[in-house]
Amino acid sequence: MAIKKVAFVVDKLPYKTETSRLALTHAISSQTVEIHLEDGENITPVLAFIGEGVLNCIKGQKASDMYGITSLESHIKNALLTDIRTLICAEDVKRFGLSNDALIMDAEDIGADMVSEIVPFDEIMEEMNTADHILFF
Amino acid sequence: MSKLTIGCFSSLVGSMTTDFVVKLAEAARKKGHDVDIWLSGNGTMLSKKGQRSFKDYSSLEKTIKDLVTGGVNVVACEACAEARGFHKEDLIDGFGRKSMDWYLASCFSADRVLQIGGE
Repeated sequence: MAIKKVAFVVDKLPYKTETSRLALTHAISSQTVEIHLEDGENITPVLAFIGEGVLNCIKGQKASDMYGITSLESHIKNALLTDIRTLICAEDVKRFGLSNDALIMDAEDIGADMVSEIVPFDEIMEEMNTADHILFF
Repeated sequence: MSKLTIGCFSSLVGSMTTDFVVKLAEAARKKGHDVDIWLSGNGTMLSKKGQRSFKDYSSLEKTIKDLVTGGVNVVACEACAEARGFHKEDLIDGFGRKSMDWYLASCFSADRVLQIGGE
């Protein structure tokens, strides 16, 4: 049985470009990757927001109202719903003066058990060090 | 022989990043490596046939077609392409169009993954 860990590391701003959105949609697509793989093979995604990327995690996004598109908040919640480990860099949260209350920490409203974790950058580095592949967005 | 998977997220016109992707794929193939190229976001522009060559812009259609003939797999994200008005009939012969999970599956079997671009 082969499981490979892929780290999706997001350091781009939300909405300025589609890059962080693509990080989320690619990470969530790991839910169906098995159809392309052999029995017993799979991918374990881990999602990490660093630098300006932590701004993707601010809750209360109104993308649907303002732009008529799905919000990155809804994608992050879908990532949690699909049990994707989601890490937010604590140092960068502090740097931007954000409180934990301002961030998407869970997706209980859609039935997710997984919660976001605000962790030191060292922990994110550890995830990257143990990943088979790192995809920067 | 190893397998290289390249995720290309940068546009064909407006940056030289896609040129780098194609040159890298060409070099890897010449060394005998397997190469998958995933085109996502603005990178899907590379998959559209009928590109007109101007001296001010890169023209990669012939090069990428030769790479496909030589065994490189080039697959564009279907959703990203459709969102940009690139339909199945616009696809360069020999290219694929798949969903994002194809890229992750390619990553699974790759020895190295290079994610390039993303403005």
